[in-house]
Amino acid sequence: MMKGNRQTNSKGQLKHFLSIDGLKRDLLVEILNNAESFTSLARQGRSVKKVPLLRGKTITNLFFESSTRTRTTFELAAKRLSADVLNLNISTSATSKGESLLDTLHNLEAMHCDMFVVRHASSGAAHFIAKHCAPHISVINAGDGSHSHPTQAMLDMLTIRQHKGDFTPLRVAIVGDILHSRVARSQVLALNTLGVSEVRVIAPRTLLPFDARALGVHVYHDLIEGISDVDVVIMLRLQKERMSGALLPTEAEYFKLYGLTEEKLKHAKEDVIVMHPGPINRGVEMDSAVADGKHSVILEQVSNGIAVRMAIMSMCLGTHQDADMEDTV
Amino acid sequence: MQEKAIVDLIDGMAAELKTRLQQNHITDPVMIGIHTGGVWVAKQLHQTLDISEELGTLNISFYRDDFSRIGLNPQVDPSNIPFEVENRHLILVDDVLQTGRTIRAAMNEIFDFGRPASIMLATLIEKDGRELPIVADVVGMKPTLKEGDYISLTGPSPLTLVFGKPSKDSEAQ
Repeated sequence: MMKGNRQTNSKGQLKHFLSIDGLKRDLLVEILNNAESFTSLARQGRSVKKVPLLRGKTITNLFFESSTRTRTTFELAAKRLSADVLNLNISTSATSKGESLLDTLHNLEAMHCDMFVVRHASSGAAHFIAKHCAPHISVINAGDGSHSHPTQAMLDMLTIRQHKGDFTPLRVAIVGDILHSRVARSQVLALNTLGVSEVRVIAPRTLLPFDARALGVHVYHDLIEGISDVDVVIMLRLQKERMSGALLPTEAEYFKLYGLTEEKLKHAKEDVIVMHPGPINRGVEMDSAVADGKHSVILEQVSNGIAVRMAIMSMCLGTHQDADMEDTV
Repeated sequence: MQEKAIVDLIDGMAAELKTRLQQNHITDPVMIGIHTGGVWVAKQLHQTLDISEELGTLNISFYRDDFSRIGLNPQVDPSNIPFEVENRHLILVDDVLQTGRTIRAAMNEIFDFGRPASIMLATLIEKDGRELPIVADVVGMKPTLKEGDYISLTGPSPLTLVFGKPSKDSEAQ
């Protein structure tokens, strides 16, 4: 049995990657370092972009909720590691014929899969699967409800580190729909674990959770005040599909108050970087001029997404099996 | 063993490589050192042989066959091959050749960059214990060691060879 945190084995190595919560700074730094060495693969002028680390392993993408970017980067990351990849579109598969989630899982286990990458609209889905799947299987959370999206947070941390180096002096502002954002929750945890100087969240009251301050952040309702002198601005997508009830007057009104323009960005530090997890609603969360401007690192985030996912997949599949066998002795 | 003696060993290797290259009519070789010790040896060979193209370096972590046991080592610098590998004559350099597994991994990685015309292997130290059919073309020295004794190169400056009794940290590959 694993003790303590379900994500790590008895040696403190990563087995599942479900949430930033409970992971130590050293482990996050190790993920970033590994990811950095994978980013170098793309720059090396190799005729073969793959490395054979996960040759013979089978990774299943279990996407209960649609996603293009995340699924594609997970698939590409697995393929660059030479793993075999199975993409399961659950909405058209057996669950819609009445098969239970656990039955689907056990069938995949019987096909000798080694890893499940799970995206689900319900918070806690990845934890549930990690708890119930066979012991040799690793589970990676690719986004569960409004709970967490830890690989997105880590690729953001990698992007920040590449531009800013040290985390400790940084002020970071996260702007937008904090209430529905699993990305924001994971980012705040990662930033605080890595020891940044200040995390701010900027949002209208209707898009903030009741306990926002309990996350360890400073809360602002005014964009210009909130982004003053920050090193990093992270814009969140307005999650129209998760909105119930009239949380916002209109998109135009939202843009007027919380949309990022070049004019407003002048209040941040001169070398500020602007990030967005995508997909961008241009003219809602930010102006096109900002999205395509010199402070934007949005496309770097996408490339870093592949490297971070390669690092996490290889760490989960690389080391845990022997350690856990020792656990049972 | 101290720096001067190691430098002499490497000079001897350079002379032998020169002869080999002439015998094979190779006029424009390129050189690749394997991280970490192999790069230190390669730097000196590269200078002595006056190779025009920049030294390439290889981090074989992604190609090791014991990855599932030991995991990744992000402390090692990434591979950097600043030239086209396709159709070139390569000199591959490592510090210690024992099982041959490092060289197997290095050759696999090199072929992911392209198809070289030939590969020559130069190693500072040769030890018994080969597990794969790999032979060095040029060897600096082959010390007589007792079963389980280890030898390792520390550096980069000064370069020192450390001989010792079995230890948990001894060369795995």
